[in-house]
Amino acid sequence: MIKKISLWTALSAASLSLTSHAFADTDSKIWDMVVKEAEGQTVYWNAWGGSTQINDYIEWVGQNLKDTYGIEVVHVKLDDTANAVSAVVAEKAAGKDEDGSIDLIWINGENFASMKNQDLLYGPDWAQNLPNWQYVDVENKPTITTDFTIPTDGMESPWGMAKLVFFHDSARTKADEMPDNSDDLLKWAEENPGRFSYPQPPDFIGSSFLKQILIEQVEDVSLLQQPAEDVDFEAVSKPLFDYLDKLHPNLWREAKAFPRDYPSMSQLLADGELEITFAFNPATASSAIANDELPDTVRSFTFSGGTLGNTHFVAIPYNANAKAGALILANFLISPEAQLRKQDPAFWGDPTVLAMSKLPEEKAAEFSALDLGVATLRPDELGPAFDEPHPSWMAVIEEKWASRYGVAN
Amino acid sequence: MSYASTGLKIDGVRISLNGRELLAVDHLINPKEVLTIMGPSGSGKSTLLAYIGGFLDPAFEAEGDVYCSDMNITLVKPQQRRAGLLFQDPLLFPHMSVGGNLVFAMPADIQPKAERRSQAEQALTDVGLDGFFERDPDTLSGGQKARVALARVLISRPAFLLLDEPFSKLDADRRAQMRELVFENAKRRSLPVLLVTHDREDALAANGTIIEVGSQTAGQ
Amino acid sequence: MLRYSPLIALLVLAVPVLCGLAGTVLPAFGYLPALGGEDFSLLPFGELFSQTGIWRSISQSFFIGIISTALSVMLVAGFVSAWYGTRLFKKVQYLVSPLLSVPHAAAAFGFAFMIAPSGFFARLFSPWLTGWERPLDLLIVNDQLGLALIAGLVVKEVPFLLLVTLAALPQIAAIKSSHLTQSLGYGRMAGFLLSTWPSVYRQIRLPIFAVIAYASANVDMAIILGPATPYTLPVRLVGWMNDPDLKMRFMACAGACVQIAVTAFALLVWILIERFTGAASRSLAAKGNRYTHDWGFRVTASVLMTASALIVFGGLLVLALWSVSGLWQFPNTLPNTLSFKNWMRALPGLSQPLITTIIIGGASVAISIIISLACLAREQQTGRNGGNRALLLLYLPLLVPQIGFLFGLQLLLLSVNAIASWTALILVHVVFVLPYVFLSLSAPWRAFDKRYDSIGAALGSSNWRIFWRIRTPMLLRAILAACAVGFAVSIGQYLPTLLIGAGRFPTITTEAVALGSGGNRRIIGIYAFMQMMLPFIGFLLASTLPALIFRNRRGITGL
Repeated sequence: MIKKISLWTALSAASLSLTSHAFADTDSKIWDMVVKEAEGQTVYWNAWGGSTQINDYIEWVGQNLKDTYGIEVVHVKLDDTANAVSAVVAEKAAGKDEDGSIDLIWINGENFASMKNQDLLYGPDWAQNLPNWQYVDVENKPTITTDFTIPTDGMESPWGMAKLVFFHDSARTKADEMPDNSDDLLKWAEENPGRFSYPQPPDFIGSSFLKQILIEQVEDVSLLQQPAEDVDFEAVSKPLFDYLDKLHPNLWREAKAFPRDYPSMSQLLADGELEITFAFNPATASSAIANDELPDTVRSFTFSGGTLGNTHFVAIPYNANAKAGALILANFLISPEAQLRKQDPAFWGDPTVLAMSKLPEEKAAEFSALDLGVATLRPDELGPAFDEPHPSWMAVIEEKWASRYGVAN
Repeated sequence: MSYASTGLKIDGVRISLNGRELLAVDHLINPKEVLTIMGPSGSGKSTLLAYIGGFLDPAFEAEGDVYCSDMNITLVKPQQRRAGLLFQDPLLFPHMSVGGNLVFAMPADIQPKAERRSQAEQALTDVGLDGFFERDPDTLSGGQKARVALARVLISRPAFLLLDEPFSKLDADRRAQMRELVFENAKRRSLPVLLVTHDREDALAANGTIIEVGSQTAGQ
Repeated sequence: MLRYSPLIALLVLAVPVLCGLAGTVLPAFGYLPALGGEDFSLLPFGELFSQTGIWRSISQSFFIGIISTALSVMLVAGFVSAWYGTRLFKKVQYLVSPLLSVPHAAAAFGFAFMIAPSGFFARLFSPWLTGWERPLDLLIVNDQLGLALIAGLVVKEVPFLLLVTLAALPQIAAIKSSHLTQSLGYGRMAGFLLSTWPSVYRQIRLPIFAVIAYASANVDMAIILGPATPYTLPVRLVGWMNDPDLKMRFMACAGACVQIAVTAFALLVWILIERFTGAASRSLAAKGNRYTHDWGFRVTASVLMTASALIVFGGLLVLALWSVSGLWQFPNTLPNTLSFKNWMRALPGLSQPLITTIIIGGASVAISIIISLACLAREQQTGRNGGNRALLLLYLPLLVPQIGFLFGLQLLLLSVNAIASWTALILVHVVFVLPYVFLSLSAPWRAFDKRYDSIGAALGSSNWRIFWRIRTPMLLRAILAACAVGFAVSIGQYLPTLLIGAGRFPTITTEAVALGSGGNRRIIGIYAFMQMMLPFIGFLLASTLPALIFRNRRGITGL
């Protein structure tokens, strides 16, 4: 116990004195201690479990940690990350301030904001002290340090980049007839009733779609960077709900039922029930093609004016039982090796958070040699990224959505 | 519709199991007569009743005809054969009152409701159970239950009676009474009766032809 | 030791349920100090009833519970009355029985894929007959009236009700009664329904109540098949219970109380329906009409029964096919390619949940069988079987909606730091496994010819020796069958595993529902297949082990 306390004091003391890139001798010694402490630990990693590719990738990560560090990784599959947040909240309420049941959470946005607000996270400043932080593209990817307008303060470590991308099957629909902005989409839906839908909020992708529409339809985008309670929410969000009122009668099942999440939309695209689907990962279609889940005629497109983009992270609850193991895991996730495999559509296809310029040459070459797949847009084709609104918007939009559309007739 | 009967003619009925003949009967039971089939259990005697009633287990093979009032009843559904069945258990319907059991059995052409009730009450009086209409069958003694079962089968106006060891569960006193009651009622209504039993006393009391089956060779 | 066994059973069954209920009711009225609720108030209920569409959710749960149960009972009553004692009956019975062990979630997935607009039926007839090149945009699964959920519940509950009916029939000499009523001139169905069914019904009444409780409060089937705008009440409750906003838990508990009330109300309405149909049946019986022209009804009953079994089987088979399919687009009836890739990828992730499932199932069955045997042995000693009160106790966990006490139990366990422990999880499984194990073991145990015990005793054997050397071997088949039933029940538990395991103990079933929400039919196929195989292996062992152990004893194996 004494050893444990001294280690954590040392690590946080070190973090105060550290500059972000250079690792001095003492720091690598501290890291060695973390590695030593982590050996034999079991890390309960709470992560959304609705995608086979991602689950397999996590399985691979676990195997690696077991082989290299003797750490057991257990993937607690969630259908909603909020469940993990609620578990930590409940533990805090019950006074369980150590030996908590969750060691690492796959997180971003409103869940991060809520945990940070309630002091439910370990940190600050552990993320930038991870040895592999040196490769992270802090400079060109602002969403790595600002998550939905909230500074991460080193309380979460980046894992991957997300960008809203749309898909269609070129065997059935022509690429040049695909919508290029939300107004186009509305018109397309009116001409093709029953062939578009979005996952039912509060599903993460479904809510993200609402934010995409909000950003495109709202008069003054800058208002969205403020907390929703600081502005006239009803007035600001009115264009969004006007839009949805027009869209819904032409949705799949006339908006009386919605797809559960984005993998179910892929299934519906394969079956020909939907003609346009979307996901937060540009390689979704390519990897689904590689897995025989979609025909190889599926292609990606995006809105030239821009689509929502963000970063997803891992964070450690304040009462985590295996903090050392969780740190090792977070560090492994931003290793070039792990990031390379993640970007490979054969496994997942999720864009990297690393900067190619910071990588050793041969690693960077491996990244550029990746075959991103026939249906994946190149990074320069992805178009501009919209900033996420302040996390408070998500909750109020979801609430209003539920009261307007949660009961269909 | 006549409820009288011209007798029950069992015309060359053979019942076998897996190709082995269990019994063969060829006999005319006139009204008021009793034919007793006697034999140990497993001899197939109850199977004969099942065949005549129309409930033969598909495992058995049977041939031959049975005539009642000049109709070959093996050709019609059990519902149209007008067989009156009595088993060793009274099998009263526990969720109905005693009277309910009777009106359930009564032909539907007896109406209205009050008439149905008064006939049922009369039938109960006939078997010595005056005032039992509203009683719960479960509160009756074994002998009383047997008499309700008899009243129930008689009120359904059967064309003949099929008795499957109906007395074997009664104690000696009740047994004699019950036998008398059954045979007397059958006579009064001119019904042919087919009784199967393993009990020699029953067979003798029936006072009619006895066919022994099973270990002995079947014969008259 | 034996004398305490009924007490232990009481503790194991009643304490979690009652404590859980208390743990649900108190927060519902605002009291839960651990989460900052110090004062009693009605606020949680106020908040609950201000939720959008809450009355719709409530009425959905009620109607779905009543209607699905009524249809199931009608189907079973119709089929049994039309065909009991025939060869067709035996055949259908063999067809339907295995479905009892299919977990609800697996059955729901299979059913959903059969009837969806892009499902197997549509594919069978498209495009050559229907002309559909693409699936129609029809709301079939997740429809707003809950018809898909009702149908799913019916096909899953019918096997259960049929089997409890079958167990009841021999006790009331149904065959002879049926002969009797036919001789009285009644049509087969009318005769059976008017004369025999009321006695059968009395014996299957508690199981029917359990079906109402399940149907009105279930979560796993409702997520898959039920309406989504809004969800049924229980599904919404689970969502609120898991919300990061702790205040939602007070509302969730208030909702759980409402759910209990909804289920209680459904039971009450059912009892009224019983009264009405009972009176109607008595008056029909007294009229004396014979209703002999029932051929159409008989055929309909057998067709519906067979179809309901086949659709579940078909769904499961097609899911198994999905698990090995490559690209399989509408309207292709069969996959373009087959591959084991899905299995190869899923296998590493399967092993842990599989082991957890087996440990929880094995342990809860072991505990349940020991308690059941001890209670039965005690019953034999004292000659008292506890009567209706004991039966009601056994049914308690099946009659109270799971949500009603699991929420409270979760909060209680959380406050004593016992959440997500093996012990808590296994014990909560025992709550649901024990009733089934006891019920399936008690009938053969009580029917055991006591003269064997007398012979043993006359030969100088102690009670203990009689138990081990006479009863247990002779009843081994029944004991193992009870174990297999219990194991199947444990495998099927979704909500208890999720709530009490706090997600830390993924089992095949929790994984299936979590992944199933992702709509990936290949993965659903794999998990549903595993969900089916585990109970099947259990039943296989239960039926082959006695035959192996007593291979030279025809009297026991019946071979």
